[in-house]
Amino acid sequence: MSAAELSATAAVPARRPSPRFLASELRLVLRRRRNLAGLAVLAAVPIFIAIAVKSSASQPGADAPDFFRSITENGLFVSLAALTVELGIFLPLAVAAIAGDAVAGEANLGTLRYLLVVPVSRLRLLAVKYTAIVLFAFVATFLVAVVGMVIGLALFGGGNLTTLSGTQISFTEGLGRVALASAYLGCALASLGAVGLFISTLTEQPIAATIATVIFSAASLILDSIPQVDWLHPYLLTHHWTAFGDLLRTPIAWSGVVQGLYVAAAYALVFFLAAWARFAGKDVTN
Amino acid sequence: MTASDAVRTSGLTKRFGSQTVVDAIDLAVPRGSVYGFLGPNGSGKTTTIRMLLGLVTPTLGSIELLGWPVPGREVDALPRVGALVEGPAFHPYLSGRENLHRLDAADRTSDPATAARRIDEALDRVGLLPAARKRYRAYSLGMRQRLAIAVALLTPKDLMVLDEPTNGLDPQGTREVRSLIASLATDGTTVLVSSHLLSEVEQVCTHIGVMHAGRLITQGTAAEIRRHQETEARIETDQPDHTARLMRELGLRDVRTTPHGAAGRLGDVPPEKVVAACVHAGLSVTRFIVDAPTLEDVFVALTGEGFDVSG
Ligand SMILES: Nc1ncnc2c1ncn2[C@@H]1O[C@H](COP(=O)(O)OP(=O)(O)O)[C@@H](O)[C@H]1O
Ligand SMILES: [Mg+2]
Repeated sequence: MSAAELSATAAVPARRPSPRFLASELRLVLRRRRNLAGLAVLAAVPIFIAIAVKSSASQPGADAPDFFRSITENGLFVSLAALTVELGIFLPLAVAAIAGDAVAGEANLGTLRYLLVVPVSRLRLLAVKYTAIVLFAFVATFLVAVVGMVIGLALFGGGNLTTLSGTQISFTEGLGRVALASAYLGCALASLGAVGLFISTLTEQPIAATIATVIFSAASLILDSIPQVDWLHPYLLTHHWTAFGDLLRTPIAWSGVVQGLYVAAAYALVFFLAAWARFAGKDVTN
Repeated sequence: MTASDAVRTSGLTKRFGSQTVVDAIDLAVPRGSVYGFLGPNGSGKTTTIRMLLGLVTPTLGSIELLGWPVPGREVDALPRVGALVEGPAFHPYLSGRENLHRLDAADRTSDPATAARRIDEALDRVGLLPAARKRYRAYSLGMRQRLAIAVALLTPKDLMVLDEPTNGLDPQGTREVRSLIASLATDGTTVLVSSHLLSEVEQVCTHIGVMHAGRLITQGTAAEIRRHQETEARIETDQPDHTARLMRELGLRDVRTTPHGAAGRLGDVPPEKVVAACVHAGLSVTRFIVDAPTLEDVFVALTGEGFDVSG
């Protein structure tokens, strides 16, 4: 022990790790009107799809996307159709809005300096912020799935489900498959959240961080559609996102999903560490 | 400088790009003192305070906060430090009470079981209990400032760092802040209070440090600082020349006549002796003023500049 520490005021002992700060963070995210409006939009899409399919005179044609064709057979497909549609922009945007706001929003308000002098260690702050982002990603995908399921079952009924491979599985198993797909997409979006968290440590403008995060995911989608850079495709954040459809085959085709999980974990780890490297020594001057 | 300093810095320096904003300062804030950290706008007070709290990394030099090295061990020191830095900042769409709950929830050293009671006590102490349920965005500037002070009162503190706590307050609010500082000091809390308005805090300070253009130009007890400047006696009378002669005879220095009388530095001459001599000489004195030097005078004497000139 050094001389300095001998004269130091005894440190106040930290209490047992408690979820209070995380709970407070989740309340902050889920009570904010802007975020509630975003979740309402996410929930409106499956309702809109179900009503549109129900009210159109004919069934969706053979050229309709995979899940749309099956909606009239089984209401569970409303969930899957809605997830497919929202994966393009709505879900990434929702996660980018939360992640971009995570650090930049607090810096912008000036509340960051007061959190840090509480004190909250910078690593703990990032960990709590990222945990909240991950939970929000799961809330978002499961919200879409549950609303889709409820409206789908109400309008089209349930029962056994014909998988994309053409074989039948029980309704309960179908329910499990939809839950798996939602969880997989939750992981995928959580990795985008890590990118957003990193960008959020670079600026004091939360909107700028959100836009940059959306651009990152859009650029990834665009690159994924350019065949000349196909060597890059397996490493793109969004490349494996659509693999959630494989969860609706019999038997489940795991390879795409597993690769997707590896890529998501790699992005989450790399960008979380980048956020930490950036934030650990950053001057907080507003 | 002793081991009992609540804050001690050595050669503390911060550069932003090529601008040296804080220039090799050796701050010493003794435990139990009320330390007035004074200086005009832009002189580097806030940047210094941010470095003390671990928000900004020093370019050079070292800091001890309650004996803990910063940066490095600020998480050990800060639970015992309350801080108001460059004005209040809260979530606008949460109420005052919810904002305090959030900060208390983030504190790993605070007891969740007593949170509600401690929060209401802190709100009560700053007079915000009636507005506890209002959203922060509806608070006036004075209420916001008081909410920021309430945060520092949530748990017991050894050191309070108050950066410009009277900014935006009316005279009544300023008096309240002064009496709060006095009551904290009575409880044994060390207070480091910065201000660009000398007169607002100089009355409550036991120690003073003066910043100018990034440098700590003087530091010491309030009495030591004022000793730089001597007390002056001013007499208003219709017989200036006669009065001035009398003052010289009594041993006052730098005696001069003024539009309404005469003035001079008292030195060791007791003021009552001057009064008695005037009466004895039959002078018609309309006013007798003994002017204790203000910090403003000290500052002007040290820098040759007015205080509101930015550094
Ligand atoms: N983040 C920053 N980047 C560049 N310059 C800064 C930054 N923060 C403060 N400054 C400059 O540092 C100087 C001192 O500022 P500050 O510490 O806020 O002074 P005070 O609190 O005494 O008014 C000012 O000239 C200000 O412009
Ligand atoms: Mg300042």
